[in-house]
Parts: sequence; C-alpha cells; structure tokens
Amino acid sequence: MQTNKIDFMAKRRVFFAISGCIIAVILLSCLVFGVKMDIQFKGGALVSLSYQGDVDMNGVESTIKSSLGSDVTVQSGSNSATGQQSVTITMPGVETVSNEELDALLTSLNDQYTEAGFAQLETQNVNATMGREFFFKCLVAVVTACVLILVYVWFRFRRIGGLPAGVFAVCALLNDLIVVFGSFVILRIPLNGNFVAAMLTILGYSINSTVVIYDRVRENRKLMGNKATFAQLMDQSVHQSLRRSVNTTVTTCLALGVVCVVAVVYNLSSIFTFALPLMIGMASGLYTSLFLATGLWVEWEQRHPAKGAKARK
Amino acid sequence: MKKKGKPWHFFVTALLILVFAYTAFFGISSTYGDITTTYVKGAADIRFGIDIRGGVEVTFAPEGGYDATDEQMDAAEAVINKRLVSLNITDSEVYVDNNKDRIILRFPWKEDETSFNPEQAIQEIGATAKLEFRKGTSADGELVLEGADIKSATPAYGPVTNSSQNEYYIHLELEDSGKDKFAEATTELAADKGTISIWMDGELLSAPTVNSAITDGVASITGSFTQEEVITLANQINSGALPFALEAESYSTISPTLGSQSLSAMVLAGIIAFVLVALFMIINYRLPGAVASLALLGQCAATIAAISGYFAVFNSFTLTLPGIAGIILAIGMGVDANVITAERIREELRSGKSLDSAISSGFSRGLAPIVDGNVTVIIVSLVLMAAFGPTDGFLATLFAPVFSWFGAATEGTIYSFGYTLLAGVVLNFVFGVGATRIMLRGLSRIQALRKPVLYGGAGNANK
Repeated sequence: MQTNKIDFMAKRRVFFAISGCIIAVILLSCLVFGVKMDIQFKGGALVSLSYQGDVDMNGVESTIKSSLGSDVTVQSGSNSATGQQSVTITMPGVETVSNEELDALLTSLNDQYTEAGFAQLETQNVNATMGREFFFKCLVAVVTACVLILVYVWFRFRRIGGLPAGVFAVCALLNDLIVVFGSFVILRIPLNGNFVAAMLTILGYSINSTVVIYDRVRENRKLMGNKATFAQLMDQSVHQSLRRSVNTTVTTCLALGVVCVVAVVYNLSSIFTFALPLMIGMASGLYTSLFLATGLWVEWEQRHPAKGAKARK
Repeated sequence: MKKKGKPWHFFVTALLILVFAYTAFFGISSTYGDITTTYVKGAADIRFGIDIRGGVEVTFAPEGGYDATDEQMDAAEAVINKRLVSLNITDSEVYVDNNKDRIILRFPWKEDETSFNPEQAIQEIGATAKLEFRKGTSADGELVLEGADIKSATPAYGPVTNSSQNEYYIHLELEDSGKDKFAEATTELAADKGTISIWMDGELLSAPTVNSAITDGVASITGSFTQEEVITLANQINSGALPFALEAESYSTISPTLGSQSLSAMVLAGIIAFVLVALFMIINYRLPGAVASLALLGQCAATIAAISGYFAVFNSFTLTLPGIAGIILAIGMGVDANVITAERIREELRSGKSLDSAISSGFSRGLAPIVDGNVTVIIVSLVLMAAFGPTDGFLATLFAPVFSWFGAATEGTIYSFGYTLLAGVVLNFVFGVGATRIMLRGLSRIQALRKPVLYGGAGNANK
C-alpha cells in the first residue's frame, strides 16, 4: 500500500469546522442582508427602456414618476459590449404596471424627447398571487427532487455502506445546497426560477462524487480486508478518487466559468446569476464529497466500531 | 479479453461523428433559385425561445376573478387563436390551465417589424370579443343579435331534420333577450332564403342561409362543416357570449435586439468552453483525452440534433438561453465518463498491467460510477421539465399528483434547460461511453500508438 502525502482523515475535524463556519457565515448573511425574492416569486414589475443619445436623466425620471407614481425606482445603465443605453424602472412593492400605463409612458417620453427614441427592451410584470403560487411550485419541485434522490441514495447505499453512509452523503449534499443558497444571498441575487434550477442541478451532480468515493471504499475493503483501519481505508479511497474528482470539477467549472465571463461582458445578468452560483455549488460539491462525507463516516465508524464491523461481515 | 478492437473501428466511428456533427450544426439543404429545400435541419433551423428571438409571454385570467367554466376557457382560447391569426402571429404557444382559469400565451416579436407594440397586442388579444349576427353578408348589415343574446353554441353530429343525413352542425341556443329579435329577423329572411352573417371583431366567421323562421330560440347552423370547423365555430360563437374580458395578470416582453445579442454571446461561450475542455482533456489524458474530445463533439452535435428535429421522428424543441447554458454545462459534465475511464486506465497501467487489460478493466470498473452520476442528473432534469414545462405535457401528467395544484409555470425558459441537460446526459451514454469504447479499443490496436505513456501510464524512467 502506497503512503499518501497528506492524511486527510486525521484532519477531518478541521473540515467539520470549515463547513460549520461556512454555514454560520451564510446564516448570518441571511440575517444581515435578508433574502431577496425576485418579482417572479413575489410579484411586481420591472420595465427596461432603451434610448439613444444624451437625455436629461432628471427630466426623464420626473416624467416617469408623474406617469407611474412618485415611489418608483429609476436606474440608468448601459451595455458595455454594445454601448446601448437603458433606463430600468422598478415599481414599489408588488405593484404591477398595466399595458395602458406603459403605453402612455412611452408616448409621453417620446413626445418630450423626440430624438431619443425610447423603446422597450424588456418588461416583466407578475401578479403577486401568481408569484406566490410559482414560488410554492418551485419549493415542491425541490422537495420532490430531494425525495427522489433520497430514494436513489437509499437504494444504492444498501450495497455500499448502509444507512450511516447514506445519511452522511445527504449531509454533504445539504451543505452544498446551503452554499448555493448562500451564494445567492451573499451576491445579493434575488431568488427566482434560476435559483431552483441551480439547486436541482447541484442536487443531482454533487451526490455523484460522494457515491464514487464510497464505491471505492467498498472495493478497497475487499482488497485490504481487516489489515487497515477504517480511516486508512477511507484515506486511500479519497486519494485514489482525488484526481478524478478534481478533474471532473475543473472541466465543469471551466465550462461554467466561460459562460460567466461571457455573461459579464455581454451584460447577460440572467445567465450570470445562474452560472456563478452553479459554479460555486460545484466547487462546494468537490470539497464536501472528498472531505466532509468521508470524514463524517470515519467519525461514525470510530464511535460505533462494533456495529460497523458486524454489518460488514 | 473477448472484445478486441480493430483499427478501422476507430476511423469509421470518428468519421461518422465528424459527418454527423457537420450535418447537425449546418444541416443539409439545397438552393434552387429562390427556393431552399431543407433535408436535414441544422442549428440554424432551431426554434428559439422568446428570450432569444424577442417576444411576449402573457398569462391571461378572467377579469375581476370571475370563476369561468372549462367551456368558457375553451371559448376564450378560441378568441385568442383567432386574434393571433388576425395579428399575423403564426408561431405562438397557447396553454389553457383549467384548474386556475388561466391561459398562458407566448408569441415571438413579429418579424421585420420594428414598431411592433407588444402592449397594444396584449390589449387587443385580451379584450372581450365582439360578436354580431347581421342581416345579409356585409359588415354594415342590420344588427340582429349581439354576444349577450347568445346562451350557448355546441358542436353536434347527427341528422338536422328528420329526413336528412348525419352531418356536423352547431346547436345554437339563445337567451330570452335574443329570441324575439331572432324570430323576427328569421321570419323575414326565411321568406326569400336570405342569409345571416356572424361576425367576430368585425371579421366574418360564417354566413348561413336562413331556411326557416326560428321562433323558439333554438337553431341549428349547417353548412357541410368538418368536425374541426364546428368545434372552432362553436368556440368562437361562445367567446362572444363570454361574460368577462381577459386580463393580463402577468406579462413579460423582451425586444429582439436584446435577444439576438444574447444568442451570439452564448454561442461564443459554447465554442470557447468546448475548446478549453478539449484542450484540458488532451493535455491531461493524451490519447484517451483526444478520443474524449471527439466523443464530446458527437454529444454536442447529438444534443443540437435532439433540439432542431434532425431526425424527423423527433419533434423539435424550443431552445432558450438557459437551454444553451444546459448544453454548455453538459459539455463540462459529459467528460466525467471519460475522466473516470482514463483515470482507471492510468491507474491500472501504473500498477503494472498490460495496455489491453488496463483498457478493458478501465472500461468495466468505470461503468458503475458513470451510471450513478448520470442517473441522479436524469432524475433532477425530469423534475425540472415537469415543474417548468407545459401543464399538458407527458412529464407534467406523470408528476401530476405533485404539481397539478399549482398553475402552469410563468417561467418557460427553464424547461429548455431541463431538456438540454437531459439530452446531454442521456447522449453521454452513447458517446462518452459507447463511442469512446469503440474508438479507444480500435486505436489501441495500432502498433505505433501502443505506448503506455500515451494513455497516462508512467514513462520508462518512473517504472
């Protein structure tokens, strides 16, 4: 048996502490920043208008406010790749903009600034009830996927380590999901449909690395028998899976990283806010499958050695 | 080992992948004069979602929370379809959600029209249908009945009079307010076989001849209709009797300029991602890495084919921005199968096995983790498709006990992500596993390429 450079399993408590800190930071950020909901979930309205040339933003703002109400938020911006200028209007709370109001606003803006050619770029109007309903549907989707994955884990882990192994794999998975959620909160990205898609993708992707390592444990157990302690067995399995796990995550993060960079350059915020949390979740998945899921299992086996040995026989 | 590759296996598989990739990306079409005939659909024939083409997504509901019946919702859908046609919008998707009394409508920005006003279009589509029965066949004929005078119109099949043959017709019932007016008009018109014309929003729907005076408020409209025609006409007449207008509860619009920029950006991202991943694989795994890149090209091409309708038996799917992100994600995830296999081969070689046995145990021992990884991703992509897809789809039906309490999703773009992810993962079995095996086995029979170092084995110095 080759000797490995770093004894990861001896350091398992360090990894538990790191995970604990990450989760604590995320929970704290939730309290400090609060969790923002996208208008897809809470209802409300967002209107983006494009224009050309120089306009007096104060004048535009007052026209918008007199037309849609004084408490709307007006933001101006431009696309760095195309140089297109735009104004984004957010309605207060969950108020929506009716078709007629928007039509009237465009007419009055274009009457006032004949050169600017105001045109709508993007609008989003969601009724609050529908938003709430969509939110619950998304919650149910996450729960359904979790249940299906749990069934799969249960089914699969009957062969490769039994109930404790399954539970630790799920712990690692929970850690990843919290990290994905945390990256939305810390990056101040409002939760929306993309969030759900990112959560589910990580859910499916992350369990896989853990299964690969646990599978290796099963294989090594046959090869090494009782000559090695469980911690050694696990450490060996982690080292053998290290290159595979790292390389697979690198290729996935490489692909997502390209998407992130392109999304920033072209100002595709809906794609950026999807790809970045996914990438963070993938990185977290690498860490938890290599160190957390494995460390937890070692910890358990050391505390319940008799049971573990019996189950193995 | 039992299965022995032959060098030509590699060349034939590689050539097939290249030809397939070329046709899947560029399609096969011929141009004769102005007419282009497409034999095989390429990437350019993909139907893009409204987030790329620009367009409108609206959720209509009866105004004022009116609790509509299923028939009334069908009638409302008929109005929407009719109005889309008159607005010249042909490529639209309409879903009716009877549970929640909602109609979800997606339509692209009208092509070659810069001044298209989506707000106006939404208003026009949602307004109460104006239904009129007029004397004669012209739009200014004397008004006989209005929408409110009609109780119901039902499609029916059978003999209209005792002696006649079976045919499709419309059974029309009038409200008390319409009975007398209709009786008066039909009595007058029946005398010289005049016609009554039916108009919706100023457009002629039908102009039946009045055969007899109708005094009891119950009439039949015949005219050698097909089954489909009577259903449409009945829905259209009912729509005029709808006691509500449709209100746009939620809507979103995206301009086509914004969308087309996004498309080129994402295509660029896809190409860069593919090149980087391929380079990474070749540098790290040499020969198996090169094979992996080729397999990955096949996987991407097949995903595109699964969207564009390359194989005529499969429907084409709408591709959105998250959908493209799904393809790119699958590029990164797909090589996992090759990474696992190549790592195993490398490991076996370093433990002193011969090339042939290293390759075959790499394949057999790598399979279980590959299947595991793919199964979990398949599970979540199916859930994504069920939650975000149309409510009448196969998956939505399968998951109906879970999702049917909720309305149809207001976010149509993620459905496409689920689909491309699913396609990418399933196709990964074909290319990342199947094609890779054939190619690698074939390559390993070429004498010049039988050096372990090309497979990541240790060089002579280390071993």
